[in-house]
Amino acid sequence: MTEAAVLALDRVGVEWPGAASGAERYVAVEDVSLSVARGEFLSVVGPTGCGKSTLLNVAAGLLAPTSGAVLSFDEPLAGLNRRAGYLFQADALMPWRNARENVEAGLVFAGVERAQARERAEEWLRRVGLSGFGDRYPHQLSGGMRKRVALAQVLILEPQILLMDEPFAALDVQTRQLMENELLHLWSAERRSVVFITHDLEEAISLSDRIVLLSAGPRTRPIGEFHIDLPRPRDVAEIRLTPRFVELHGRIWAALRAEVLKAYAVSQRLG
Amino acid sequence: MRSASGSDKSAARPRRRAPLVAYRVLLIVAVFLAWHVLTATGVLPSFFFGRPLVVLARVWDWFSSGKIYPHLGVTLVETVLAFAIGTLFGVAAGLWLGLSPMAAVLLDPYIKAANAMPRVILAPIFAVWFGLGIASKVALGVTLVFFIVFFNVFQGVREVSPVVLASVRMLGATPRQLVRHVYLPSATSWVFSSLHTSVGMAFVGSVVGEYLGSAAGVGYLILQAEGTFDIDTVFAGILVLTAFALMLDLAVTRAERRLLTWHPRAPEDER
Repeated sequence: MTEAAVLALDRVGVEWPGAASGAERYVAVEDVSLSVARGEFLSVVGPTGCGKSTLLNVAAGLLAPTSGAVLSFDEPLAGLNRRAGYLFQADALMPWRNARENVEAGLVFAGVERAQARERAEEWLRRVGLSGFGDRYPHQLSGGMRKRVALAQVLILEPQILLMDEPFAALDVQTRQLMENELLHLWSAERRSVVFITHDLEEAISLSDRIVLLSAGPRTRPIGEFHIDLPRPRDVAEIRLTPRFVELHGRIWAALRAEVLKAYAVSQRLG
Repeated sequence: MRSASGSDKSAARPRRRAPLVAYRVLLIVAVFLAWHVLTATGVLPSFFFGRPLVVLARVWDWFSSGKIYPHLGVTLVETVLAFAIGTLFGVAAGLWLGLSPMAAVLLDPYIKAANAMPRVILAPIFAVWFGLGIASKVALGVTLVFFIVFFNVFQGVREVSPVVLASVRMLGATPRQLVRHVYLPSATSWVFSSLHTSVGMAFVGSVVGEYLGSAAGVGYLILQAEGTFDIDTVFAGILVLTAFALMLDLAVTRAERRLLTWHPRAPEDER
């Protein structure tokens, strides 16, 4: 590889201490190597509970791996990943700040002058289609609008890489497709790298350049990699009807199916 | 559309409200009438139960002559000081213990003991320490307010959403900025949720303090009247205190509304 990867996981493993002392340690993730190139949209797909979020937290520097290393532009990561923006699955807006104050938060933390921060926040609110909603508090916004604010909040800092943990999972189907198109639109303008975590294969195919499949947990590891050569720009609703999409879906699903069944069997046993 | 449902509700309110207020007034008039009839006919001895007409005349006399104002002023100053100082210490201690689990574990049994102790019993000690002036009443009020605020802030700090915390850290907040922009606002909302109780407690502290030994204040008026078996004045004092407490509560509600605009108040606001 000629260019330094924006983010690389090098044989990362994560273990949790067992519930009882002396109990076996739970190995959530084992020996995972991944790398994301500049401007690449990578989706990580795996069955529910396979440690996808764990991997993302490792990439963000929120969680230190038990073994292996995280590299950001070929440098080992120490502490939080300052080049990354993180979009969480759950609501992560500060409820005591209105939309504009939430969007400008990162700039204020960095010491940007208030007036300038405010101006840029307004600009970002406009870009995510929320101009005029700056004075609303999170509880006064719909789920989709809150996601837009969260997106603006992260993107205003112009991160080199965007980490997204099933960000649209809680939205209804229509809002979700709108947000996915919105995301593609914003992404194509700036071409930042994205790591998108999801358990929804269709979402992954319609958004990504590349998909990495993870096995069912415990001891999650990558079990397959697929390049998505669908043409861009894409419309997530329309692209699902193209023959190439159906073909890719069939191939990837064949690989994923066994893991989903395995995860289901485990959850049945535990339940 | 939510604002529409909100205005529907506020439009429906005055229509239902007018008769309700009338009924409430009627109820209090009926209670006073019953009191008057029972004491005037001698069913209840007026020596123990007072005469409502004399009680009302006493209240009227206090306000028309202006005799009550200095006493009310003293009680108000004590209440406000006790509330302010108690809240300040409560927030500081709550933040400190909430953010350093070691100290919290160490002090836990002592905090529980101090909270379980009936703190009104400290009034004589405070009277010895701080004299019969305002200071001893404020001290008593502070001990009452402190624990309410302390427990609320402590809880508030511990229950800050981990997702919001992680998100704000990813946005680049330093530990100090975390305290200022996340812990403090979150704790403030808990302080406000306990505002009614803590203002009420500050008031209890002042009045009980006055009652146990003082030279001014509404509690002192009641104490004096009781010493001469002037039960009418005792009732008049109680009436004034009740009205005063109601006004304090109203002021708190007003303040709350202004300061907690971000808070999802009614369930109708929630999605």
